Amino acid sequence: MPIRSIFNKGSDWLRSEGPHHQIVVSSRVRLARNLAGVPFPGWAKKVERMDTLEKIRAKVESLPEMADAYSFACQDLTALEKQVLVERHLISREHAAKGAGSAVVMNRRQTLSIMLNEEDHLRMQSIRAGLQLKAAFKAVNKVDTELEQSVDFAFDAELGYLTACPSNVGTGMRASAMLHVPGLVLSEQINQVIQAVNKIGLAVRGLYGEGTEALGNLFQISNQITLGEREEEIIERLQKVILQIIEHEKNARQNLLQQRSNTLLDQIGRSYGTLRYAYGMGSKEALNLLSMVKLGCDLGFYPEEKQHVVDELFMETQPAHLQKGSQKKLATEERDILRAGIIRGKLEGFEPPDVSGAMARVEPKAASAAEPPSSLPDPPMEGSI
Amino acid sequence: MLCDVCKTETASVFLTQIVDGKMQKVNMCEACSKEKGVSDPTGFALADLLLGMGAAQPVERGGAEGTRCPQCGFTQTEFKKTGRLGCSVCYQTFAEGLEPMLKGMHKGIKHTGKCPERLQRTQERASAMRDLNEALRKAVIEEQYEEAATLRDKIKALEREV
Ligand SMILES: [Zn+2]
Ligand SMILES: [Zn+2]
Repeated sequence: MPIRSIFNKGSDWLRSEGPHHQIVVSSRVRLARNLAGVPFPGWAKKVERMDTLEKIRAKVESLPEMADAYSFACQDLTALEKQVLVERHLISREHAAKGAGSAVVMNRRQTLSIMLNEEDHLRMQSIRAGLQLKAAFKAVNKVDTELEQSVDFAFDAELGYLTACPSNVGTGMRASAMLHVPGLVLSEQINQVIQAVNKIGLAVRGLYGEGTEALGNLFQISNQITLGEREEEIIERLQKVILQIIEHEKNARQNLLQQRSNTLLDQIGRSYGTLRYAYGMGSKEALNLLSMVKLGCDLGFYPEEKQHVVDELFMETQPAHLQKGSQKKLATEERDILRAGIIRGKLEGFEPPDVSGAMARVEPKAASAAEPPSSLPDPPMEGSI
Repeated sequence: MLCDVCKTETASVFLTQIVDGKMQKVNMCEACSKEKGVSDPTGFALADLLLGMGAAQPVERGGAEGTRCPQCGFTQTEFKKTGRLGCSVCYQTFAEGLEPMLKGMHKGIKHTGKCPERLQRTQERASAMRDLNEALRKAVIEEQYEEAATLRDKIKALEREV
Protein backbone atom coordinates (compact mmCIF):
# COMPACT_ATOMS: atom_id res chain seq x y z
CA MET A 1 0.00 0.00 0.00
CA PRO A 2 1.71 3.21 -1.10
CA ILE A 3 1.91 5.87 1.58
CA ARG A 4 0.61 8.48 -0.87
CA SER A 5 -2.86 7.02 -0.52
CA ILE A 6 -2.78 7.89 3.19
CA PHE A 7 -1.76 11.41 2.42
CA ASN A 8 -4.67 11.94 0.10
CA LYS A 9 -7.04 10.61 2.68
CA GLY A 10 -7.48 12.67 5.82
CA SER A 11 -7.58 11.15 9.27
CA ASP A 12 -11.03 10.10 10.40
CA TRP A 13 -10.67 11.79 13.75
CA LEU A 14 -9.86 15.05 12.04
CA ARG A 15 -12.99 15.09 9.91
CA SER A 16 -15.51 13.83 12.40
CA GLU A 17 -17.01 15.80 15.23
CA GLY A 18 -16.67 14.40 18.70
CA PRO A 19 -18.25 15.54 21.96
CA HIS A 20 -17.18 19.06 22.95
CA HIS A 21 -15.44 19.37 19.59
CA GLN A 22 -15.45 23.16 19.74
CA ILE A 23 -12.95 23.07 22.57
CA VAL A 24 -11.50 19.56 22.57
CA VAL A 25 -9.83 18.86 19.24
CA SER A 26 -8.85 15.26 19.91
CA SER A 27 -8.34 12.60 22.55
CA ARG A 28 -5.52 10.07 22.51
CA VAL A 29 -4.64 7.07 24.64
CA ARG A 30 -1.46 5.07 24.22
CA LEU A 31 -0.26 1.90 25.87
CA ALA A 32 3.41 0.92 26.10
CA ARG A 33 4.16 -2.80 26.04
CA ASN A 34 7.30 -4.92 25.83
CA LEU A 35 8.04 -8.55 25.16
CA ALA A 36 9.22 -10.54 28.14
CA GLY A 37 12.85 -11.63 28.07
CA VAL A 38 13.88 -9.45 25.13
CA PRO A 39 16.00 -6.29 25.57
CA PHE A 40 14.13 -3.00 25.11
CA PRO A 41 14.65 -1.48 21.61
CA GLY A 42 17.10 1.17 22.79
CA TRP A 43 19.43 -1.44 24.29
CA ALA A 44 18.85 -4.32 21.86
CA LYS A 45 21.39 -5.17 19.19
CA LYS A 46 20.26 -4.61 15.65
CA VAL A 47 19.73 -8.34 14.99
CA GLU A 48 17.61 -8.58 18.14
CA ARG A 49 15.54 -5.61 17.04
CA MET A 50 15.00 -7.08 13.59
CA ASP A 51 14.07 -10.39 15.17
CA THR A 52 11.55 -8.78 17.56
CA LEU A 53 10.08 -6.73 14.75
CA GLU A 54 9.58 -9.76 12.58
CA LYS A 55 7.89 -11.59 15.44
CA ILE A 56 5.43 -8.91 16.44
CA ARG A 57 4.77 -7.21 13.12
CA ALA A 58 2.93 -10.25 11.75
CA LYS A 59 0.85 -10.53 14.91
CA VAL A 60 -0.08 -6.86 14.83
CA GLU A 61 -0.96 -7.00 11.14
CA SER A 62 -3.24 -9.96 11.73
CA LEU A 63 -5.34 -8.14 14.34
CA PRO A 64 -8.97 -7.83 13.24
CA GLU A 65 -8.67 -4.05 13.77
CA MET A 66 -5.80 -4.01 11.30
CA ALA A 67 -7.61 -5.69 8.42
CA ASP A 68 -6.33 -3.86 5.33
CA ALA A 69 -4.05 -1.71 7.46
CA TYR A 70 -1.11 0.36 6.31
CA SER A 71 2.18 -1.12 7.46
CA PHE A 72 5.49 0.63 6.91
CA ALA A 73 9.06 -0.15 7.85
CA CYS A 74 10.65 3.09 9.02
CA GLN A 75 13.53 2.86 6.56
CA ASP A 76 11.08 2.75 3.65
CA LEU A 77 9.64 6.16 4.44
CA THR A 78 11.21 9.50 3.50
CA ALA A 79 11.78 12.16 6.14
CA LEU A 80 8.88 14.18 4.72
CA GLU A 81 6.54 11.21 4.79
CA LYS A 82 7.42 10.49 8.39
CA GLN A 83 6.89 14.15 9.25
CA VAL A 84 3.37 14.03 7.81
CA LEU A 85 2.66 11.09 10.11
CA VAL A 86 4.06 13.08 13.04
CA GLU A 87 1.82 16.04 12.21
CA ARG A 88 -1.15 13.69 12.20
CA HIS A 89 -0.08 12.29 15.57
CA LEU A 90 0.22 8.81 14.08
CA ILE A 91 3.86 8.41 15.06
CA SER A 92 6.08 10.22 17.56
CA ARG A 93 8.95 12.53 16.70
CA GLU A 94 11.29 9.91 18.15
CA HIS A 95 9.86 7.23 15.91
CA ALA A 96 10.30 9.44 12.87
CA ALA A 97 14.04 9.37 13.55
CA LYS A 98 14.14 5.55 13.50
CA GLY A 99 15.44 3.48 10.61
CA ALA A 100 15.81 -0.26 10.02
CA GLY A 101 14.28 -2.41 12.76
CA SER A 102 11.31 -0.15 13.44
CA ALA A 103 7.90 0.03 11.81
CA VAL A 104 4.41 1.43 12.13
CA VAL A 105 1.09 -0.25 11.46
CA MET A 106 -2.08 1.84 11.31
CA ASN A 107 -5.66 1.24 10.38
CA ARG A 108 -7.14 2.79 7.28
CA ARG A 109 -9.22 5.29 9.24
CA GLN A 110 -6.02 6.42 10.99
CA THR A 111 -7.63 6.12 14.40
CA LEU A 112 -5.35 3.34 15.59
CA SER A 113 -1.59 3.22 15.16
CA ILE A 114 0.96 0.83 16.56
CA MET A 115 4.62 1.80 16.58
CA LEU A 116 6.97 -1.16 16.70
CA ASN A 117 10.38 -0.74 18.32
CA GLU A 118 9.93 2.86 19.33
CA GLU A 119 11.23 3.32 22.88
CA ASP A 120 9.23 0.23 23.84
CA HIS A 121 8.56 -2.80 21.66
CA LEU A 122 4.98 -1.71 21.17
CA ARG A 123 3.42 1.70 21.47
CA MET A 124 -0.26 1.33 20.67
CA GLN A 125 -2.33 4.44 20.27
CA SER A 126 -5.96 5.24 19.63
CA ILE A 127 -7.15 8.71 18.56
CA ARG A 128 -10.69 10.06 18.62
CA ALA A 129 -12.23 13.39 17.68
CA GLY A 130 -13.37 15.58 20.54
CA LEU A 131 -13.48 14.46 24.14
CA GLN A 132 -13.59 10.68 23.90
CA LEU A 133 -10.90 9.44 26.24
CA LYS A 134 -12.98 6.47 27.35
CA ALA A 135 -13.72 5.37 23.80
CA ALA A 136 -10.07 5.79 22.86
CA PHE A 137 -9.00 3.71 25.84
CA LYS A 138 -11.58 1.04 25.10
CA ALA A 139 -10.31 0.67 21.55
CA VAL A 140 -6.63 0.42 22.41
CA ASN A 141 -7.32 -1.79 25.42
CA LYS A 142 -9.16 -4.26 23.19
CA VAL A 143 -6.17 -4.47 20.88
CA ASP A 144 -3.90 -5.05 23.87
CA THR A 145 -6.12 -7.84 25.18
CA GLU A 146 -6.12 -9.49 21.76
CA LEU A 147 -2.35 -9.36 21.49
CA GLU A 148 -1.96 -10.72 24.98
CA GLN A 149 -3.55 -13.98 23.92
CA SER A 150 -0.49 -14.85 21.86
CA VAL A 151 2.31 -12.57 23.12
CA ASP A 152 3.97 -12.70 26.53
CA PHE A 153 4.30 -9.11 27.64
CA ALA A 154 6.84 -8.11 30.27
CA PHE A 155 4.68 -7.86 33.38
CA ASP A 156 5.45 -7.86 37.07
CA ALA A 157 2.82 -8.52 39.74
CA GLU A 158 4.09 -5.55 41.76
CA LEU A 159 5.15 -3.05 39.11
CA GLY A 160 2.72 -3.95 36.33
CA TYR A 161 3.76 -3.57 32.69
CA LEU A 162 7.50 -3.02 32.49
CA THR A 163 8.67 -0.23 30.20
CA ALA A 164 12.02 1.09 29.04
CA CYS A 165 11.51 4.30 31.02
CA PRO A 166 10.49 4.02 34.68
CA SER A 167 8.11 6.93 34.16
CA ASN A 168 5.78 4.70 32.13
CA VAL A 169 5.85 1.58 34.29
CA GLY A 170 2.57 0.22 35.69
CA THR A 171 -0.26 0.83 33.28
CA GLY A 172 2.09 1.98 30.52
CA MET A 173 -0.73 4.34 29.68
CA ARG A 174 -0.62 7.97 28.65
CA ALA A 175 -3.98 9.61 27.99
CA SER A 176 -4.13 13.10 26.56
CA ALA A 177 -6.49 15.62 25.03
CA MET A 178 -5.75 18.56 22.76
CA LEU A 179 -7.67 21.65 23.84
CA HIS A 180 -8.34 24.86 21.93
CA VAL A 181 -8.74 27.55 24.57
CA PRO A 182 -8.44 31.06 23.05
CA GLY A 183 -10.85 32.40 25.68
CA LEU A 184 -8.57 31.42 28.55
CA VAL A 185 -5.55 32.84 26.75
CA LEU A 186 -7.20 36.14 25.80
CA SER A 187 -8.53 36.65 29.31
CA GLU A 188 -5.13 35.75 30.78
CA GLN A 189 -6.51 32.91 32.85
CA ILE A 190 -4.48 30.21 31.15
CA ASN A 191 -1.54 30.26 33.55
CA GLN A 192 -3.81 29.85 36.53
CA VAL A 193 -5.45 26.91 34.86
CA ILE A 194 -2.09 25.33 34.06
CA GLN A 195 -0.91 25.76 37.63
CA ALA A 196 -4.10 24.22 38.97
CA VAL A 197 -3.84 21.28 36.61
CA ASN A 198 -0.19 20.75 37.51
CA LYS A 199 -1.08 20.58 41.17
CA ILE A 200 -3.01 17.38 40.67
CA GLY A 201 -0.20 15.55 38.89
CA LEU A 202 -1.37 16.17 35.35
CA ALA A 203 0.90 17.67 32.72
CA VAL A 204 0.11 20.54 30.40
CA ARG A 205 2.13 20.93 27.30
CA GLY A 206 3.33 24.42 27.94
CA LEU A 207 5.10 25.41 24.77
CA TYR A 208 4.61 29.02 25.58
CA GLY A 209 7.46 31.37 26.03
CA GLU A 210 7.78 34.08 28.61
CA GLY A 211 5.36 36.89 27.84
CA THR A 212 4.13 35.29 24.65
CA GLU A 213 1.16 33.16 23.86
CA ALA A 214 0.75 29.51 23.04
CA LEU A 215 0.79 28.51 19.42
CA GLY A 216 -2.73 28.53 18.04
CA ASN A 217 -4.05 28.58 21.62
CA LEU A 218 -3.69 24.81 21.61
CA PHE A 219 -2.73 22.91 24.74
CA GLN A 220 -2.41 19.26 25.50
CA ILE A 221 -3.15 17.88 28.89
CA SER A 222 -2.14 14.40 29.96
CA ASN A 223 -1.56 12.12 32.96
CA GLN A 224 1.96 11.82 34.34
CA ILE A 225 1.48 9.05 36.84
CA THR A 226 1.26 5.51 35.49
CA LEU A 227 1.87 3.45 38.63
CA GLY A 228 -0.48 3.11 41.60
CA GLU A 229 -3.71 4.07 39.84
CA ARG A 230 -5.99 2.00 37.66
CA GLU A 231 -6.41 2.94 34.00
CA GLU A 232 -10.05 3.87 34.53
CA GLU A 233 -9.19 6.06 37.53
CA ILE A 234 -6.55 7.92 35.56
CA ILE A 235 -8.93 8.56 32.69
CA GLU A 236 -11.80 9.52 34.98
CA ARG A 237 -9.65 12.11 36.72
CA LEU A 238 -8.33 13.52 33.46
CA GLN A 239 -11.85 13.65 32.05
CA LYS A 240 -13.15 15.56 35.07
CA VAL A 241 -10.39 18.12 34.84
CA ILE A 242 -10.96 18.61 31.12
CA LEU A 243 -14.70 19.12 31.65
CA GLN A 244 -13.86 21.84 34.16
CA ILE A 245 -11.49 23.51 31.73
CA ILE A 246 -14.24 23.41 29.08
CA GLU A 247 -16.56 25.23 31.48
CA HIS A 248 -13.91 27.83 32.24
CA GLU A 249 -13.27 28.33 28.54
CA LYS A 250 -16.98 28.75 27.81
CA ASN A 251 -17.31 31.31 30.58
CA ALA A 252 -14.23 33.16 29.38
CA ARG A 253 -15.67 33.37 25.86
CA GLN A 254 -19.00 34.61 27.17
CA ASN A 255 -17.32 37.26 29.28
CA LEU A 256 -15.20 38.43 26.37
CA LEU A 257 -18.29 38.69 24.23
CA GLN A 258 -20.14 40.69 26.84
CA GLN A 259 -17.39 42.90 28.18
CA ARG A 260 -14.76 43.14 25.49
CA SER A 261 -16.75 42.50 22.37
CA ASN A 262 -15.06 45.21 20.37
CA THR A 263 -11.55 43.89 20.94
CA LEU A 264 -12.72 40.36 20.30
CA LEU A 265 -14.44 41.25 17.04
CA ASP A 266 -11.47 43.31 15.97
CA GLN A 267 -9.12 40.38 16.46
CA ILE A 268 -11.34 37.91 14.69
CA GLY A 269 -11.94 40.32 11.82
CA ARG A 270 -8.25 41.12 11.42
CA SER A 271 -7.33 37.43 11.49
CA TYR A 272 -9.93 36.72 8.84
CA GLY A 273 -8.67 39.59 6.68
CA THR A 274 -5.03 38.54 6.91
CA LEU A 275 -5.75 34.90 6.16
CA ARG A 276 -8.01 35.83 3.28
CA TYR A 277 -5.64 38.24 1.54
CA ALA A 278 -2.03 37.56 2.58
CA TYR A 279 0.56 36.34 0.05
CA GLY A 280 3.11 35.08 2.57
CA MET A 281 2.31 33.31 5.80
CA GLY A 282 4.52 31.51 8.35
CA SER A 283 3.18 28.39 10.04
CA LYS A 284 3.10 29.97 13.49
CA GLU A 285 1.26 33.02 12.24
CA ALA A 286 -1.19 30.80 10.38
CA LEU A 287 -1.92 28.80 13.53
CA ASN A 288 -2.59 31.90 15.59
CA LEU A 289 -4.82 33.51 12.98
CA LEU A 290 -6.69 30.28 12.32
CA SER A 291 -7.28 29.98 16.05
CA MET A 292 -9.13 33.31 16.06
CA VAL A 293 -11.23 32.40 13.03
CA LYS A 294 -12.02 29.05 14.65
CA LEU A 295 -13.18 30.97 17.68
CA GLY A 296 -15.32 33.09 15.36
CA CYS A 297 -16.87 29.90 13.98
CA ASP A 298 -17.62 28.68 17.50
CA LEU A 299 -19.29 32.00 18.30
CA GLY A 300 -21.51 31.73 15.25
CA PHE A 301 -19.90 34.51 13.18
CA TYR A 302 -19.54 32.17 10.22
CA PRO A 303 -21.95 29.62 8.76
CA GLU A 304 -21.66 26.31 10.54
CA GLU A 305 -20.55 24.34 7.49
CA LYS A 306 -17.42 26.50 7.25
CA GLN A 307 -16.04 25.12 10.47
CA HIS A 308 -14.39 22.05 8.96
CA VAL A 309 -12.59 24.22 6.41
CA VAL A 310 -10.82 25.99 9.25
CA ASP A 311 -10.15 22.75 11.11
CA GLU A 312 -8.59 21.24 8.01
CA LEU A 313 -6.38 24.27 7.51
CA PHE A 314 -4.84 23.72 10.95
CA MET A 315 -3.40 20.48 9.59
CA GLU A 316 -2.92 21.43 5.94
CA THR A 317 -0.72 24.43 6.80
CA GLN A 318 1.73 22.38 8.87
CA PRO A 319 5.16 22.28 7.20
CA ALA A 320 5.16 18.64 6.03
CA HIS A 321 1.52 18.60 4.97
CA LEU A 322 2.17 21.72 2.99
CA GLN A 323 5.03 20.11 1.08
CA LYS A 324 3.63 16.65 0.56
CA GLY A 325 2.45 17.53 -2.92
CA SER A 326 5.73 19.17 -3.92
CA GLN A 327 8.40 17.36 -5.88
CA LYS A 328 11.31 19.10 -4.20
CA LYS A 329 12.06 20.44 -0.75
CA LEU A 330 10.86 24.01 -0.42
CA ALA A 331 12.69 26.91 1.17
CA THR A 332 10.99 28.79 4.00
CA GLU A 333 9.92 31.66 1.78
CA GLU A 334 8.52 29.32 -0.85
CA ARG A 335 6.61 27.51 1.87
CA ASP A 336 5.16 30.77 3.18
CA ILE A 337 3.97 31.72 -0.30
CA LEU A 338 2.48 28.28 -0.85
CA ARG A 339 0.80 28.32 2.56
CA ALA A 340 -0.79 31.71 1.96
CA GLY A 341 -2.03 30.50 -1.42
CA ILE A 342 -3.62 27.37 0.02
CA ILE A 343 -5.34 29.40 2.72
CA ARG A 344 -6.66 31.97 0.22
CA GLY A 345 -7.98 29.14 -1.91
CA LYS A 346 -9.73 27.40 0.94
CA LEU A 347 -11.23 30.60 2.25
CA GLU A 348 -12.63 31.60 -1.10
CA GLY A 349 -16.33 32.25 -0.66
CA PHE A 350 -15.80 32.50 3.08
CA GLU A 351 -17.85 35.59 3.86
CA PRO A 352 -16.65 38.20 6.38
CA PRO A 353 -17.74 37.52 9.96
CA ASP A 354 -21.43 38.19 10.57
CA VAL A 355 -21.63 39.26 14.17
CA SER A 356 -25.26 40.42 14.25
CA GLY A 357 -26.65 37.17 15.62
CA ALA A 358 -24.05 36.70 18.29
CA MET A 359 -24.21 40.33 19.36
CA ALA A 360 -27.99 40.25 19.57
CA ARG A 361 -27.70 37.42 22.06
CA VAL A 362 -25.50 39.43 24.39
CA GLU A 363 -27.24 42.76 23.75
CA PRO A 364 -29.30 42.94 26.96
CA LYS A 365 -26.27 42.79 29.22
CA ALA A 366 -24.06 44.85 26.96
CA ALA A 367 -26.68 47.59 26.81
CA SER A 368 -27.33 47.75 30.53
CA ALA A 369 -23.71 48.07 31.51
CA ALA A 370 -21.25 50.41 29.91
CA GLU A 371 -18.23 48.60 28.56
CA PRO A 372 -15.68 48.45 31.37
CA PRO A 373 -12.15 49.66 30.80
CA SER A 374 -9.93 47.31 28.94
CA SER A 375 -8.69 44.38 30.91
CA LEU A 376 -7.86 42.40 27.82
CA PRO A 377 -4.24 42.06 26.79
CA ASP A 378 -3.08 43.28 23.42
CA PRO A 379 -4.06 41.12 20.51
CA PRO A 380 -1.85 38.04 20.79
CA MET A 381 -1.02 37.95 17.10
CA GLU A 382 0.78 41.22 16.99
CA GLY A 383 4.49 40.84 16.66
CA SER A 384 4.33 37.13 17.23
CA ILE A 385 5.25 35.98 13.77
CA MET B 1 16.82 32.70 32.21
CA LEU B 2 19.12 30.01 30.89
CA CYS B 3 18.09 26.59 29.64
CA ASP B 4 18.45 23.94 32.36
CA VAL B 5 19.57 21.34 29.86
CA CYS B 6 22.27 22.97 27.72
CA LYS B 7 22.87 25.91 30.09
CA THR B 8 23.77 28.17 27.16
CA GLU B 9 20.60 29.16 25.29
CA THR B 10 17.84 31.33 26.70
CA ALA B 11 14.93 29.31 28.02
CA SER B 12 11.60 29.80 26.28
CA VAL B 13 9.77 26.65 27.36
CA PHE B 14 8.71 26.41 30.97
CA LEU B 15 7.41 23.27 32.53
CA THR B 16 6.08 22.99 36.01
CA GLN B 17 4.68 19.83 37.41
CA ILE B 18 3.77 18.91 40.89
CA VAL B 19 4.15 15.25 41.59
CA ASP B 20 3.50 13.92 45.06
CA GLY B 21 3.38 17.41 46.46
CA LYS B 22 6.82 18.29 45.17
CA MET B 23 7.06 21.04 42.62
CA GLN B 24 9.40 20.20 39.82
CA LYS B 25 10.40 22.88 37.41
CA VAL B 26 12.33 22.78 34.19
CA ASN B 27 13.18 25.65 31.88
CA MET B 28 14.37 24.86 28.41
CA CYS B 29 15.38 26.50 25.17
CA GLU B 30 13.44 25.73 22.01
CA ALA B 31 16.09 23.35 20.67
CA CYS B 32 16.41 21.32 23.87
CA SER B 33 12.64 21.08 24.30
CA LYS B 34 12.40 19.71 20.77
CA GLU B 35 15.18 17.27 21.40
CA LYS B 36 13.54 16.08 24.59
CA GLY B 37 10.25 15.64 22.77
CA VAL B 38 8.46 18.08 25.05
CA SER B 39 6.11 18.97 22.25
CA ASP B 40 4.49 15.59 22.43
CA PRO B 41 3.13 14.95 25.91
CA THR B 42 2.13 11.38 25.11
CA GLY B 43 5.76 10.58 24.53
CA PHE B 44 7.10 12.82 27.20
CA ALA B 45 7.38 12.80 30.92
CA LEU B 46 9.05 15.40 33.05
CA ALA B 47 10.67 12.49 34.82
CA ASP B 48 12.68 11.71 31.70
CA LEU B 49 14.14 15.14 31.74
CA LEU B 50 14.90 15.05 35.40
CA LEU B 51 16.52 11.68 34.94
CA GLY B 52 18.92 13.21 32.51
CA MET B 53 19.78 15.95 34.97
CA GLY B 54 20.95 14.14 38.02
CA ALA B 55 17.72 12.64 39.31
CA ALA B 56 19.11 9.25 38.40
CA GLN B 57 21.37 9.46 41.43
CA PRO B 58 19.21 7.28 43.69
CA VAL B 59 19.92 4.41 41.35
CA GLU B 60 23.59 5.04 41.70
CA ARG B 61 23.34 4.84 45.45
CA GLY B 62 21.39 1.63 45.43
CA GLY B 63 23.31 -1.54 44.69
CA ALA B 64 27.02 -1.87 44.22
CA GLU B 65 28.80 0.15 41.57
CA GLY B 66 29.16 -1.76 38.37
CA THR B 67 26.15 -4.02 38.87
CA ARG B 68 25.29 -5.65 35.59
CA CYS B 69 21.89 -7.01 34.56
CA PRO B 70 22.39 -10.78 34.24
CA GLN B 71 19.79 -10.89 31.47
CA CYS B 72 20.94 -8.06 29.20
CA GLY B 73 24.26 -6.77 30.52
CA PHE B 74 22.90 -3.28 31.20
CA THR B 75 24.71 -1.11 33.76
CA GLN B 76 23.84 1.85 35.97
CA THR B 77 26.19 4.02 34.00
CA GLU B 78 24.04 3.45 30.95
CA PHE B 79 20.92 4.28 32.91
CA LYS B 80 22.40 7.54 34.05
CA LYS B 81 23.12 8.42 30.47
CA THR B 82 19.77 7.60 28.90
CA GLY B 83 17.24 7.33 31.72
CA ARG B 84 16.07 4.10 30.11
CA LEU B 85 16.56 0.52 31.28
CA GLY B 86 17.93 -2.39 29.22
CA CYS B 87 15.28 -5.06 29.67
CA SER B 88 12.42 -6.11 31.92
CA VAL B 89 14.80 -8.01 34.23
CA CYS B 90 16.64 -4.73 34.91
CA TYR B 91 13.72 -3.82 37.18
CA GLN B 92 14.83 -6.63 39.50
CA THR B 93 18.53 -6.07 39.00
CA PHE B 94 18.32 -2.40 39.96
CA ALA B 95 15.25 -2.72 42.21
CA GLU B 96 16.87 -1.18 45.27
CA GLY B 97 17.82 2.01 43.51
CA LEU B 98 14.69 2.24 41.42
CA GLU B 99 12.29 2.15 44.34
CA PRO B 100 12.86 5.68 45.67
CA MET B 101 12.74 7.01 42.12
CA LEU B 102 9.44 5.29 41.38
CA LYS B 103 8.02 6.55 44.66
CA GLY B 104 8.88 10.10 43.70
CA MET B 105 7.41 9.78 40.22
CA HIS B 106 4.23 7.85 40.84
CA LYS B 107 1.42 7.28 43.27
CA GLY B 108 2.91 4.45 45.29
CA ILE B 109 4.80 1.54 43.85
CA LYS B 110 2.10 -1.10 43.56
CA HIS B 111 0.40 -1.62 40.21
CA THR B 112 -3.36 -1.74 40.58
CA GLY B 113 -4.45 -1.69 36.96
CA LYS B 114 -4.79 -4.19 34.16
CA CYS B 115 -3.19 -7.61 34.34
CA PRO B 116 -2.66 -9.86 31.31
CA GLU B 117 -5.62 -12.27 31.10
CA ARG B 118 -3.55 -15.41 30.79
CA LEU B 119 -1.43 -14.46 33.75
CA GLN B 120 -4.50 -13.70 35.76
CA ARG B 121 -5.95 -17.12 34.93
CA THR B 122 -2.70 -18.81 35.94
CA GLN B 123 -2.66 -16.93 39.21
CA GLU B 124 -6.29 -17.70 39.91
CA ARG B 125 -5.67 -21.36 39.16
CA ALA B 126 -2.64 -21.44 41.42
CA SER B 127 -4.56 -19.92 44.28
CA ALA B 128 -7.54 -22.29 43.72
CA MET B 129 -5.07 -25.18 43.75
CA ARG B 130 -3.60 -24.01 47.05
CA ASP B 131 -7.06 -23.81 48.60
CA LEU B 132 -8.03 -27.28 47.37
CA ASN B 133 -4.82 -28.87 48.62
CA GLU B 134 -5.26 -27.27 52.00
CA ALA B 135 -8.86 -28.53 52.22
CA LEU B 136 -7.70 -31.99 51.18
CA ARG B 137 -5.06 -32.07 53.88
CA LYS B 138 -7.68 -31.16 56.48
CA ALA B 139 -10.14 -33.71 55.17
CA VAL B 140 -7.54 -36.47 55.41
CA ILE B 141 -6.58 -35.50 58.96
CA GLU B 142 -10.23 -35.44 59.97
CA GLU B 143 -10.76 -38.76 58.18
CA GLN B 144 -13.47 -37.26 55.94
CA TYR B 145 -12.67 -39.72 53.15
CA GLU B 146 -15.70 -38.99 50.99
CA GLU B 147 -14.92 -35.29 51.10
CA ALA B 148 -11.26 -36.04 50.33
CA ALA B 149 -12.20 -38.07 47.26
CA THR B 150 -14.31 -35.20 45.91
CA LEU B 151 -11.43 -32.76 46.50
CA ARG B 152 -8.99 -35.07 44.70
CA ASP B 153 -11.29 -35.15 41.70
CA LYS B 154 -11.45 -31.37 41.67
CA ILE B 155 -7.67 -31.09 41.86
CA LYS B 156 -7.28 -33.53 38.97
CA ALA B 157 -9.79 -31.55 36.90
CA LEU B 158 -7.91 -28.31 37.57
CA GLU B 159 -4.61 -29.95 36.62
CA ARG B 160 -6.07 -31.10 33.33
CA GLU B 161 -7.02 -27.50 32.44
CA VAL B 162 -3.42 -26.41 32.32
ZN1 LIG C 1 19.01 24.26 25.81
ZN1 LIG D 1 18.34 -6.04 31.84
